[in-house]
Amino acid sequence: MTAETIIQSLASGLLMGLLYGLIAVGLALIFGLMDVVNFAHGEFLMIAMYATFFLFAFFAVDPLLSAPLVAAALFLFGAVVYLLVVRFAMRAKANAGMVQIFSTFGLAIVMRGLAQFFFTPDYRSITHSWLGGKTVSIAGIFLPVPQLFGALVAIAAFGALWFFINRTDFGRALEATREDAGAVALVGIDKNRVFALGWGLGAALVGLAGAIMAIFFYIYPDVGASFALIAYVTVALGGFGSVFGAFAGGLLVGLVEATTALILPPSLKSVGIYAVYLLVVFVRPRGLFGSL
Amino acid sequence: MDTAFAERRRRDLIVAACLAAIAALVPLFVKDVYVQNIMVLTLMYAALSQSWNILSGYCGQISLGHALYFGLGAYTTALLFTRFGVLPWFGMLGGGLISAAIALALGYPCFRLRGHYFVIATIVIAETALLLFQNWDWAGAALGIDIPVRGDSWLKFQFTRSKLPYFYFALVLACIAWFVTWWLEDSKWGYWWRAVKDNPDAAESLGVVVFNSKMGAAAVSAFLTAVGGSFYAQFVSYIDPESVMGFQFSLLMALPAVLGGIGTLWGPMLGALILIPLTELTRSFIGGSGRGVDLIVYGALIVLISLARPQGLVGLFSWHRKEAMR
Repeated sequence: MTAETIIQSLASGLLMGLLYGLIAVGLALIFGLMDVVNFAHGEFLMIAMYATFFLFAFFAVDPLLSAPLVAAALFLFGAVVYLLVVRFAMRAKANAGMVQIFSTFGLAIVMRGLAQFFFTPDYRSITHSWLGGKTVSIAGIFLPVPQLFGALVAIAAFGALWFFINRTDFGRALEATREDAGAVALVGIDKNRVFALGWGLGAALVGLAGAIMAIFFYIYPDVGASFALIAYVTVALGGFGSVFGAFAGGLLVGLVEATTALILPPSLKSVGIYAVYLLVVFVRPRGLFGSL
Repeated sequence: MDTAFAERRRRDLIVAACLAAIAALVPLFVKDVYVQNIMVLTLMYAALSQSWNILSGYCGQISLGHALYFGLGAYTTALLFTRFGVLPWFGMLGGGLISAAIALALGYPCFRLRGHYFVIATIVIAETALLLFQNWDWAGAALGIDIPVRGDSWLKFQFTRSKLPYFYFALVLACIAWFVTWWLEDSKWGYWWRAVKDNPDAAESLGVVVFNSKMGAAAVSAFLTAVGGSFYAQFVSYIDPESVMGFQFSLLMALPAVLGGIGTLWGPMLGALILIPLTELTRSFIGGSGRGVDLIVYGALIVLISLARPQGLVGLFSWHRKEAMR
């Protein structure tokens, strides 16, 4: 193992880590807002990938152009999921935590079933997109262009999200609702509207990630499941509710995965991520940047 | 102890005995192998869900990684039998003890975690074990273990001609899991667990040793789950990591309890009785096309029941209504 291979794989781990952060940040946003873990998050990613694929296959829209469209569509979808399912799950008087887990999990199963029904279980991929399969060499390190682009989008999205939460009225409403949903009702903010917008925003972010992932990843009904666990670990590593934590958690997960793949057989690369998660929470039960 | 509660417990015991007796007679009238197969699975999941309910329902520590104990039970039995010729009965006991020991070892660091951090830790640990088993050559790696047929007897716990012995064993297993829960419900452990579930800080301040309570629940729950896994290995006679340690098993153990009524005595039984036949029937009647209709029906049902009856279906039965609403 030479120094070049190590740097090479750490660099691609870093890019993948930024994308993991982008996949996970919607989850962190929703959790921070209302303490709900969306167990259908992976399926949100899956439908975003399919949407990108079909826009490409039927209308020849390149993923670069369709990414904003897909994000907008996912925004609507996320808001609708909140209004139709999660809103009612929040009302449960008994076993509130369980109801949230299983209502969103049931939704995930339905979405997977619908994808199989309408799109068949076949593996699909986008061929000949603008960025697909291209690499660029920076200081002797070869980086795949789609992942590099995804990493840049992730950084931009995190920047925009930070600005949005800290510098806009809606961001303040979001923050206030997170602090005390009862009190914001008194000043005339509709809690349900804020929550629906929060779900929309969280879904739009994972939609953006899905559009980019579709460039270089196979698309099939169960694709979300493999990324969902990584997303949960990423959010928990960073600390539930912390948007910055999701960013840092993503970077850590990407680097750990790349390092593990250097040491262990490729089939065991996730073991490194899981081990680091356990180590971190055993030492710090609220994750890296979570609040108690 | 108030008399209403004692009265309820006595009635529970009588109802359970009657139901078990009726269940034991069912195979006299149902000869269809397909239906018998569903009955075996229903009883097995009832037992598994009842075991899961001890840790996650009564003690409130939500585990979505119980597939680990199920898989350990299945693998211990299968490996001891195929590699060393040890009878499955010893494998069953050994698997249970190993699982209980591992549950205690894992509980030591994990029970410091709360909420979603704990849930994710349970998923991650089971997934790690799954990956390790998939790469462990001596244990058959991803290909798994084919358990050879060495006879047709209770001694070897293998039955080739009829499914009935499996049915009766699964019935006994479900009864044991139910009885253990019934017995623990009114023991000091049962009270500790409910206190830990409702408010760990208050329980601690009143002298409940929260950590030990959780450890006790984990050990009992893991032992019973592993026995179920051992039984499953003998029943299907072929195991591989994905089919005994996959995430779907962790869910299938949790779902009956959640739908029936989490943290209740009858919830897992009722949930399994509805869910497992429904799963099997949708799979064979509309799932055969491979087009996911079974998933749509199944998932929609989970969403609807969890939204419509968060306290579980068990509340529909009058003498348990108060308990379920608690």
